[in-house]
Amino acid sequence: MDFLNALILLLNYIFVPALAYGSQLAIGAIFVTLIYGILRFANFATGDMMSFGTMVAILFTWYFQSIGLTLGFLPTALIAIPFAILFMGLYMLIIDKFVFKYYRQNKSPPVQLAMVSIGVMFVTQAVVRIIIGPSDRRFFDGEKFLIRANEFKEITGLNEGLAIKSTQVITIVVTIILVSTLFWFLNKTKTGKSMRAYSDNEDLALLSGIDPKKIVMITWMIAAILATIGGVLYGLDKSFKPFTYFNNMLPIFAAAIVGGIGNPFGAFLGGYVIAFSEILLTYAYKKFFIYVLPESMEPDGLIQLLSTDYKFAVSFSILVIVLLYRPSGIFKGKIL
Amino acid sequence: MRKNLNVITAYSIMMGLIILVGIFQSWNIALSIFNLCLISAVMTMGANIQWGYAGLINFGIMGFTALGGLAAVLISVNPVQEAWSAGGTNILFSLFLVIGIVLAVRFVLKRYQKSKIRNYIIAAIIISGIIIIRFVSEPGIEAIEEVNPARTGFLGGLGLPIIFSWIVGAFFAGGLAFVIGKVALGLRADYLAIATLLISEIVIAIIKHEDWLTRGVKNVIGLKRPAPYEVNLQETDWFINLVEKFNSGKLALISDLSERQAALNQFVIEGSSVFVKLCYSGLFLVVVIILLILTQKALYSPWGRMMRAIRDNEEAANAMGKNVVKQHLLIFVLGSAIVGIAGAMLVTQDGLFTPGSYRPLRYTFLIWVMVIVGGSGNNFGAILGGFVVWFLWIEAAPIGLYLVNLTTAGLEDTHFLKVHLIESVPYFRFLMMGIGLLLIMRYRPKGILPEKIEIK
Repeated sequence: MDFLNALILLLNYIFVPALAYGSQLAIGAIFVTLIYGILRFANFATGDMMSFGTMVAILFTWYFQSIGLTLGFLPTALIAIPFAILFMGLYMLIIDKFVFKYYRQNKSPPVQLAMVSIGVMFVTQAVVRIIIGPSDRRFFDGEKFLIRANEFKEITGLNEGLAIKSTQVITIVVTIILVSTLFWFLNKTKTGKSMRAYSDNEDLALLSGIDPKKIVMITWMIAAILATIGGVLYGLDKSFKPFTYFNNMLPIFAAAIVGGIGNPFGAFLGGYVIAFSEILLTYAYKKFFIYVLPESMEPDGLIQLLSTDYKFAVSFSILVIVLLYRPSGIFKGKIL
Repeated sequence: MRKNLNVITAYSIMMGLIILVGIFQSWNIALSIFNLCLISAVMTMGANIQWGYAGLINFGIMGFTALGGLAAVLISVNPVQEAWSAGGTNILFSLFLVIGIVLAVRFVLKRYQKSKIRNYIIAAIIISGIIIIRFVSEPGIEAIEEVNPARTGFLGGLGLPIIFSWIVGAFFAGGLAFVIGKVALGLRADYLAIATLLISEIVIAIIKHEDWLTRGVKNVIGLKRPAPYEVNLQETDWFINLVEKFNSGKLALISDLSERQAALNQFVIEGSSVFVKLCYSGLFLVVVIILLILTQKALYSPWGRMMRAIRDNEEAANAMGKNVVKQHLLIFVLGSAIVGIAGAMLVTQDGLFTPGSYRPLRYTFLIWVMVIVGGSGNNFGAILGGFVVWFLWIEAAPIGLYLVNLTTAGLEDTHFLKVHLIESVPYFRFLMMGIGLLLIMRYRPKGILPEKIEIK
């Protein structure tokens, strides 16, 4: 019984939250890695692009709520996502046309493109803050919990409750659908294959008649889908605040590099590596050991490896270690 | 003279703008902008050495700035005796342990061949070391943080004049840069950018949460000043006389004696804060000029030429027998040390250390905008970039407000669009920075004052 309690404890506080957080990071990391693999630069505007997409989704959510359109127990934001993706894609294509295209055609070094993306970061941040303001916003509606902690206790008769938020389930389900479609697209369709070819060897791809304009456009569209969905899922689960989204860029970068930048599957797993290590290392295991160990060996302290303040620092340290020992990432990078 | 015409014009325009602010807004605002411009100039010089001379991307400027600020705290604050007696020994013992770990790792690295087992041994040493340190330091840290937590709760500093911290800040930042450089300089340019960005976040996390050392988010306030205090100035006779002399024209117009006294008091209060700011300006100007002379000398020395050679073609420079790795490390340390000086100067000017205020946007990306806009590789350009960008950063809100009022002149004051736009005026600075950076990168990629190579 105690063993079951301990298991539920870990599920409730580590596994489920880490899985949801990891999925959100994973979507962002695939976004980073796609841009890096095909357009060949580190996009420092990642977090702000995600916040732009989320902002549009929130505006649509408010509109739908005002006309009384809801999804019942599901959050209204889910209907807003397609519209937000359209706007996000439009925004990205406009930026590409006026900013990135010039450098791509001049074959500028990646560093210069990264600098330019900082300019885009500033502009996007300004646009988001001017339109929706810098404050914290919650736009979740519908049923909050799938299983409540006390209901779970009543049903199973255990001491520990397992609470599963509906946003966590939505996050995981949407991620599975999105990522499997993406991998199917990249590996099976002709366009996806030509994208991979372009990423692998640009000149060779051009020789075999692949249209670079089309590739770039499709990349931005996929990026728009990933950025918007990733952003909305994070916002539903936690809340929307432009500054947090900017900061989320850092663990997302960590995830993309840990997985091997340029490799979408690596980025996907990288998200979970980062999320699980962040939560595993900063969780206080006291209660867990009380359940597992006999009473005489009960621990005094919190049994916490690092205080939760160092959550971000954990993922960055992992990144630094990976960069040192395996700069190409856990899964070899740069094969899209 | 002719050659430097564009430099002189650019700087005159900049000074003119600051003087205009002084005339139309107030001299107080103008001077505080000027002081922060000088500090930004020091930061951009540091970043420019790394990026302009050697082509190294350092996105960790925030971390070095914060370390410089930490130096200001550790140098100037009086030591907290109680805290030292409560937990000092534990902390010192932990410090020895850290040194021990570093030496042990070095020994293993030197002694054994590169192998998997060596990696495991190093990992084991570090992990067990951290666990031991935690056990040793925990009671000490708790004891220190319990000493009068509302006012101290940390070890305090050395109680020396804060000016010394500018040098110590440089050493702190340089030390960290040495470690980072050893670790990360082999990475490709964009990896280095991301790695330094994340490492600087780690530095900030440590500064924010190690309360025994830095007081963390509780902030350290009321640091010592190298300049006189306003309150004291307002009571000194020579200062009041000075203010009276300066404003004698205005004062003569007021006939009533008590009114004249009130006006004089007002002038003294305003004058005192202007005077204090002028003191800081003088100090900062000295630092900027010294650094400018040194960096210019370095740029045109054989060493500077070597750095440019390394930047432009690493392989060729390597083939010529230049030690690229060593030079990169050197320049990374030097540039970061300069940023550390700026960090200490910043805290000196503010008189307070707020770890929560270190954010990458303000202390890393904005500095990069300054370097790119000003002109990388050209020290005058970098300094000008610091001035221009900081000036716009501060004045963006008034300019934005003016623009909003101009474009929405046809709307009523209560129109929701106008109200919303006026509320979001503070964010126009981001827009301005972004568009400015994009325009400069597109149409003048070498910056306002481009790099000039002249052989002297």
